[in-house]
Amino acid sequence: MTSIRLAETPLLTYVLRRADDALVLGHRLSEWCGKAPLMEEEMALANMGLDLIGQARALYTYAGEVEAKGHDEDALAYLRDERAYRNLLLVEQPNGDFALTMVRQLLYAAFADPYWRAMMASRDATLAAIAAKAEKETAYHLRHSAEWVVRLGDGTAESHARIVRALEKLWPFTGELFETDDVEREMIAAGIAVDPAALRDTWRGTVSAVLARATLTMPEDGWMQSGGRGGRHSEHLGHLLAELQSMQRTIPGATW
Amino acid sequence: MTPDREQLRETARRVAGAVADPEIPVLTIADLGVLRDVRVLDTGIEVDITPTYCGCPAMTMIALEIELALEKAGLGRPKVVTVLSPAWTTDWMTDEGRAKLKDYGIAPPPKGAGRRALFGVDTVACPHCGATDTAAIADFGSTACKALWRCNACREPFDYFKCH
Repeated sequence: MTSIRLAETPLLTYVLRRADDALVLGHRLSEWCGKAPLMEEEMALANMGLDLIGQARALYTYAGEVEAKGHDEDALAYLRDERAYRNLLLVEQPNGDFALTMVRQLLYAAFADPYWRAMMASRDATLAAIAAKAEKETAYHLRHSAEWVVRLGDGTAESHARIVRALEKLWPFTGELFETDDVEREMIAAGIAVDPAALRDTWRGTVSAVLARATLTMPEDGWMQSGGRGGRHSEHLGHLLAELQSMQRTIPGATW
Repeated sequence: MTPDREQLRETARRVAGAVADPEIPVLTIADLGVLRDVRVLDTGIEVDITPTYCGCPAMTMIALEIELALEKAGLGRPKVVTVLSPAWTTDWMTDEGRAKLKDYGIAPPPKGAGRRALFGVDTVACPHCGATDTAAIADFGSTACKALWRCNACREPFDYFKCH
């Protein structure tokens, strides 16, 4: 099935960015199904994935209303190409080992938690309503991933080494969390969005507190990767979308 | 609203409100606070529901069950609308709902849903013996809304409906 093309307005782009973050990270977590290290973790990863995909559904539905061209949540998730995806590079990074998955979750949730809390005051009533649900769910994700980072960092020599490797690998993707461009600035000025730069201190405070408990050192900020918000992705997103979209691309409109 | 319409609305509300949660069948959607509003319009009946968790898979099932229940009661096929605002919280669960949950073996959520501490400690009373000497096994349980706990007094594991 051919891809859909959208005439993106700032609000549509803004909503799609958050929807894509939630869907891609939710899909990554779903890849753990049947392979988690413990039964409880099997449940936790699936639960967190479900929360994120639920957030994505609400956001895509709203994006469809904003666009008003008849695209529903499924069309927006399944019929856009890699270059039309607007998610952070951080969330598309492959699961790696369990340590990497937990560090990725911590770095995202430590941002998403204050982000959604602040978005509850958005002038956009739908985004504020989605935020009110998402912030409670994210608080659980933050706590869960933080507990694992502490357990692994302050665990064995092997688990400590793996957490250190994961942190080094993912740190260059954290700069993108705080980026703003014209779209974001217009939404901030309209009172619809929150300025992510204003959340940086909170994020650093949360992450450094967790790392200190985990006997880890905060990595130095160096070269930061960028591009996801504009559709320039790492090589991993295409593979993820190939799996995510294969059914709808092969059998358009299939339902079950 | 005419008396007829008012009566129809009450009936529709009762029928819709009696739909059971597919995951926790002892609770109705009225107990849960998921049923928000019922309207009688010229075009038919509209029912508003609100999701508990964003990704709760029971919502689709609940919408279908409402349609079936109203049709079965001879009220025609309603339009079920999902409303997001105001966001659902466990504070909307009725006292009756909390009592039913506890009898069913699920610890009900505490009232006053607030912020959770990053490394917080909750006190959850065992729904079986009432002891507060309990411990969390896993923050994520069999459904999105539950966590798995264990009682150190009676040694029974139990589900805890998370505060949300």
